[in-house]
Amino acid sequence: MEKNTILSSEQITQDLLPKKFGKIGLIWTTTLVIICLIGAYAYFRQLKYGLAVTNMRDYVSWGIYISNFVFFVAISLVGSLITAIFRIAKVKWATPLTRIAEIIAVSAIVFASLIIIVDMGRPERFMNLFLHGRIQSPIMWDVIVIATYFCISLLLLYLPLLPDLKILIRFKEKTTNSLYKLYRFQGSFWKGTREQFKISEKSINVLCITIIPVAFCIHTVTSWLFATTYRPGWDSTNFGAYFISGAFLVGAGGVVVAMYVFRKYYKLEKYITELHFENMGRIVVLLALLYLYFNVNEYLVPAFKMKKSEEAHLASLFTGDFAPMFWFAILVGMILPIIILLFKKGRKPFPMFIAGVMIVVGAWFKRYLIVTPTLLHPFLPMQEVPANFHHYFPSWEEWAIAMGSLAGALLVITFFARIYPIIPIQETITEQHEEQEHQ
Amino acid sequence: MENTDKSRREFLISGLMATAALAGCGENNNPFAPDQEVKLTGEKVKLLSVNGEIIEIDKAFLKPVPDLPTLSNSEERKGIPGKKFAMVIDLSRCKNLKKCQSACNHMHFVHPGQSWIKVLSMQDSEQSSPYWQPTTCMHCDEPPCVKVCPVDATFKRQDGIVAIDSDRCVGCRFCMAACPYSTRVFNWDAPEMPEEVAKQHYSCETSVPQKKGTVGKCDFCPDMVRKGALPHCVSACPNGVFLFGDINEDSVTNGAETFRFSDLIKDKAGYRLMEDLGTKPSVYYLPPVSRNFPYETGVENQNPDDLHHH
Repeated sequence: MEKNTILSSEQITQDLLPKKFGKIGLIWTTTLVIICLIGAYAYFRQLKYGLAVTNMRDYVSWGIYISNFVFFVAISLVGSLITAIFRIAKVKWATPLTRIAEIIAVSAIVFASLIIIVDMGRPERFMNLFLHGRIQSPIMWDVIVIATYFCISLLLLYLPLLPDLKILIRFKEKTTNSLYKLYRFQGSFWKGTREQFKISEKSINVLCITIIPVAFCIHTVTSWLFATTYRPGWDSTNFGAYFISGAFLVGAGGVVVAMYVFRKYYKLEKYITELHFENMGRIVVLLALLYLYFNVNEYLVPAFKMKKSEEAHLASLFTGDFAPMFWFAILVGMILPIIILLFKKGRKPFPMFIAGVMIVVGAWFKRYLIVTPTLLHPFLPMQEVPANFHHYFPSWEEWAIAMGSLAGALLVITFFARIYPIIPIQETITEQHEEQEHQ
Repeated sequence: MENTDKSRREFLISGLMATAALAGCGENNNPFAPDQEVKLTGEKVKLLSVNGEIIEIDKAFLKPVPDLPTLSNSEERKGIPGKKFAMVIDLSRCKNLKKCQSACNHMHFVHPGQSWIKVLSMQDSEQSSPYWQPTTCMHCDEPPCVKVCPVDATFKRQDGIVAIDSDRCVGCRFCMAACPYSTRVFNWDAPEMPEEVAKQHYSCETSVPQKKGTVGKCDFCPDMVRKGALPHCVSACPNGVFLFGDINEDSVTNGAETFRFSDLIKDKAGYRLMEDLGTKPSVYYLPPVSRNFPYETGVENQNPDDLHHH
């Protein structure tokens, strides 16, 4: 909160209660629904005709589904950063951002799980993972930690929501009947007693501590899906840290974009202030420098040695077929945001928004570059296969499904903001009171 | 029945089955008794009973057995007791005829365009001379594919064979990413095969029928080995490139010649691919020295897409 403005509880509640979609909101939601439906139709085709509808083949056996999966897991890590790490470090200013971060985390992790099922050749055998699961496979580790992370994230979204649900129930006249029923179902047991607050506070603290190692696990294990193989470009001990730093960067970038959009659309200038952008800007710059550092390690050390197996892979990234995308991801995803955010003027809301979009888009392509080029550079020469096995560009079905999943994640966030207050009401009121007492 | 080789074989097999059944069971609970009332043809067939007597039954009692009882899944996963299979591929004999490939693809109904054996045109460095390298599954003793499989759909058997259970595979393709030899292929489409083959129960030993959405690869043909025959690639190669055998017996054969495995590897400096990765393959290569054919004789057979390779 900016120091000079102290808001009344009524004002805060008034400002932060969820609102019906306006015209822009309706257009936005309809567009997302249409993209999702196209994705669903493409998936229907894939179920019918098999993975043959994709352009993946025996060499490039993982494509944008997997890179999209890595992207989702990465962006979901931000929930633990903003909620847990900041909470434990007693970073007070981040309170209004916790729910934004947490809903991004939950919706991203849901779509990460969905997209991995989409990638399966035999999705109807999903239960085999539990019937015949073998703990030595990194995929099983991923199943375990992602399920755990999802549960903790959901609780970290739900528990702080309880006091707000009480407020939502109180303002019955401001909502529809079905939503009111939903609020009652989810939160009618919450009376807001001192005892309940104590339990809730304690649970949130425990969850915040547990989610940090789990968050590190989900992305480290995801990096191990690649690093446990021998392939050039994946066979790296740097991979866990490299993935985690990249994940925090894209997640923080995503939060910045969401902050800007919610602030503008719901007119939350009093709650998401320029100070929040300033602080997030400093964090993003630090994370981008960290990620850049790991990228230098990841690419320059092998490039110095130029082992035969790495040579073709690195050449394709630096100067070959993937060079435009590679340099786009490095420049737009890291270097330009760093330059923008190093300046005080760059940490204003709009330039921050631009930098955030650059980071997120750059990160999406970066994940593609991690997955595909490696598969096009196997140890033994690519021969004795049809010509189209030598290249990979996603089919329209793959694009539709990948874009559909991204739209789906945005849709979950959009509906969440329609149903629940995107800025915690109760916590904001409490902080305002504390502020008042200080003055 | 038509007068083809296949129907004759079916006829003989079913005859044997019928005899065994008649000799072993009483009239009342005969499991091989025809479902409907049989109209006798009057034509008799002589059969050898399990007791060694020659008996005669009416042809009408003979019933073809569509899918002979196969091994159980757990037997297929265990492998052939006491065996440790290995293959030696003699590069000095290969001229890219690809008979191995076509026999393998034919017998396993591999999707057109894909193959389980690839004959790669290799050249180790600019100055060294190119050679043809048939590449099968390496049946590693430390198989990276088995390590990463989340559902035990690909597994290592006691006899050294790495096999796939296509009824269990979830199609995640982690094994394909993990295999450094790029030996695994995926059934992106429904595999093409005659309907009666597609209807069969999947066997981890024949790897047939391949199924849509699952991974396939060279299986060392344990079904042939159980019959005392050689894998299809070995018997298809006219130049004797492939030698197959049991390390415990220390012998490998291509059908025409048999060698002591340890002597062959020692005398001809046998090696394995990517030894540095620690995968411990079961496939050994003999270097392309004193070749039977010049490299060039194989070029006409090369896949046109690969010609630009060198």
